[in-house]
Amino acid sequence: MAAASPKSLYWKGVRTAAPFLLMVTPFGLLFGVVATEAGMPLAQIMGFSIVVIAGAAQFTALQLMTEQAPIIVILASALAVNLRMAMYSAALAPYLGPAPLWQRALVGYLNVDQTYALSIMEYEAHPQMTVAGRVAYYLGVATPICPFWYLATYLGAVLGSTIPPAFALDFAVPITFLAIVAPAFKTLAHVAAAVTAVILAVALSWMPYNLWLLLAALAGMIVGAEVERRMGRTRMRPS
Amino acid sequence: MTGYSTAQVWMIIAAMGVGTFAIRFSFLGLLGDRQLPDWLLRHLRYTAVAILPAMVTPLVLWPQATGGQLDAPRLAAAAMALIIGIWMKNAIAAIFAGMGTLYLLQYVLS
Repeated sequence: MAAASPKSLYWKGVRTAAPFLLMVTPFGLLFGVVATEAGMPLAQIMGFSIVVIAGAAQFTALQLMTEQAPIIVILASALAVNLRMAMYSAALAPYLGPAPLWQRALVGYLNVDQTYALSIMEYEAHPQMTVAGRVAYYLGVATPICPFWYLATYLGAVLGSTIPPAFALDFAVPITFLAIVAPAFKTLAHVAAAVTAVILAVALSWMPYNLWLLLAALAGMIVGAEVERRMGRTRMRPS
Repeated sequence: MTGYSTAQVWMIIAAMGVGTFAIRFSFLGLLGDRQLPDWLLRHLRYTAVAILPAMVTPLVLWPQATGGQLDAPRLAAAAMALIIGIWMKNAIAAIFAGMGTLYLLQYVLS
């Protein structure tokens, strides 16, 4: 079978990611709304969304800024929340490593939860994809997601206070994270990793500076990997 | 934003941007096409299923909107999103189920 062309893979990526606008948009709106209500000017709100593109880290920074935290604590906490993306980078490296540097840099800039998750699933399902095809698919997935992150932030900042609190947009954040992760519970190892991380997130919640998050996640990963090693790798169910 | 000068806020934004890019680019940039060892890949497979639930836990148990108090509608909404997500393998369906549950319970209980 001939490999799909990069162009067709780009459009496949766009189509696959399009429904995820439903989760990116409320997220971005919410950041715009919350930041505006915290008194941040539009230019800085947009600066966050364009320069950083990381919802959870942006919310972390915003929260700590409203608490008047020291700048070093803000940066350490927000970057700690983003450390998971080093894992995304490592997971993508075997697939995208041979691509030219500028393409890898572009993928790095666009490397957010959704683009990573959707792309890696495609790469695992189709090991025969060419490197150019993988990059094209990645850019396709990012096309609806990243620009709409900017746009939604802008709309949130402008419309801000007109969204009634009855919409409980605050809870769209955890609901979105749960919705992203739930379909990934494919094996006992995945469930064991998640349960471990949740228990430690509660047990270590007294720790300052988001350290609990890093330790809980690390422990979850170790438990997941160990369960997998003992059970032998089970085939992933096609989703 | 009281307490920070405009320059300080931009410095926070710039530092977060540079730091975040360094994290995202790290292995893609440094490793090139070298293969990662099996044990590392085995751990990386569980990154998302470990960190996302950990990050969600305090947001669900101690939501800011209720001043950190346990909130039955939010708890039910989170459970529904998780159940539908696992059952239907569909993130969008899970979001609708979760937020729908929250709106319904807040309407019924108010």
